[in-house]
Amino acid sequence: MVIRHEQLGQLTNQKIKKIMARPVQYNITQKPLEQPISVVSAPEGYKGEGFFASKLGDVVGLARKNSIWPLPFATSCCGIEFMALMASHYDLARFGSERVSFTPRQCDLLMVMGTIAKKMAPVVKQVYLQMAEPRWVLAMGACASSGGIFDTYSVLQGIDQIIPVDVYVPGCPPRPEAVIDGILRVQDLVANESLRRRNSDQYKELMESYGIE
Amino acid sequence: MALTNEIIRQKLTEKFGDQITDWMEPYGMLTFSSDKNLNLKVLQYLFDEPSLGFQFMTDLCAVHYPDMEGKELAVVYHLHNLKENSRIRYKVFTDIKKPDVFSATALYSAANWMERETYDFYGVNFIGHPNLKRILNVDDMKYFPMRKEFPLEDQKRTDKDDEMFGR
Repeated sequence: MVIRHEQLGQLTNQKIKKIMARPVQYNITQKPLEQPISVVSAPEGYKGEGFFASKLGDVVGLARKNSIWPLPFATSCCGIEFMALMASHYDLARFGSERVSFTPRQCDLLMVMGTIAKKMAPVVKQVYLQMAEPRWVLAMGACASSGGIFDTYSVLQGIDQIIPVDVYVPGCPPRPEAVIDGILRVQDLVANESLRRRNSDQYKELMESYGIE
Repeated sequence: MALTNEIIRQKLTEKFGDQITDWMEPYGMLTFSSDKNLNLKVLQYLFDEPSLGFQFMTDLCAVHYPDMEGKELAVVYHLHNLKENSRIRYKVFTDIKKPDVFSATALYSAANWMERETYDFYGVNFIGHPNLKRILNVDDMKYFPMRKEFPLEDQKRTDKDDEMFGR
């Protein structure tokens, strides 16, 4: 029995199990689009005829959150997963992060992917220092987070020894879905960050603990 | 006539007599060693003698044998005669307390990089090397990581639970 692809969505799971030797369990029901064009909903606020009042912080957070420019710092296999993430199949552009920039000064998010050798550590730190505030850091994979399997004399045991990290994505290497989840966690941080956070004493203390400024 | 192991051995014995010892042929590759102060003379002879012509250094490395007292560090030269496609291995042993070995950089330019690397990992002090400093590891490293007394893992860590890593 031949079934056309578009018919699959209308069949029940039981029928499919009867027809197919190896049942497909995922993505067999088509999910309708919630709206034809995806637009981020407005933050909470007071709306009336011709005006809308909200907190500046929410609006700034919304803008920042949906246009994070990532700076990839890829040194090994996690970088390959990152390439898959940026390509059409996983398509990070859906989350407003398609603009991968290789100039630290324009970027918001430093994505460190792969093993960072101790010799590479000053380079990572310099790239971080060149980024303008506000800046976030995502450590992708076991190596960037903790040194991973390379518990050895030449490898930095996690980039949080040299720069503060906001989100850690575990995995060796993590699947692109996991990185998307990590980016969404970064988006949460970005959206909910207080505008005054970067001027706070706590933040300055954090930076001083890393010997920055 | 092909350059066989017997010919190489005969030539070296004629020149140096008993000073070259530990003749071996693991997997058919002629291997021998000598006193460490003789290394440049032997290498020079292997290089200059027309019938030997080992003018290419494929590898230079060190080995640490902690149990061999007085000769803990071995410096191993791998030489290649490109014309005859013949390879030999030559070892010199040195005391780890005074790991001084003459540098082969004047003879083989390839030794420059490899001696720096060997110094970096084993701390062999190559006398006469033009620029003997660390090449692969970070400059401020305080020890020679491939020596057996240094464990491979970072010992100061507290965040990795030893039980979970099977040690």
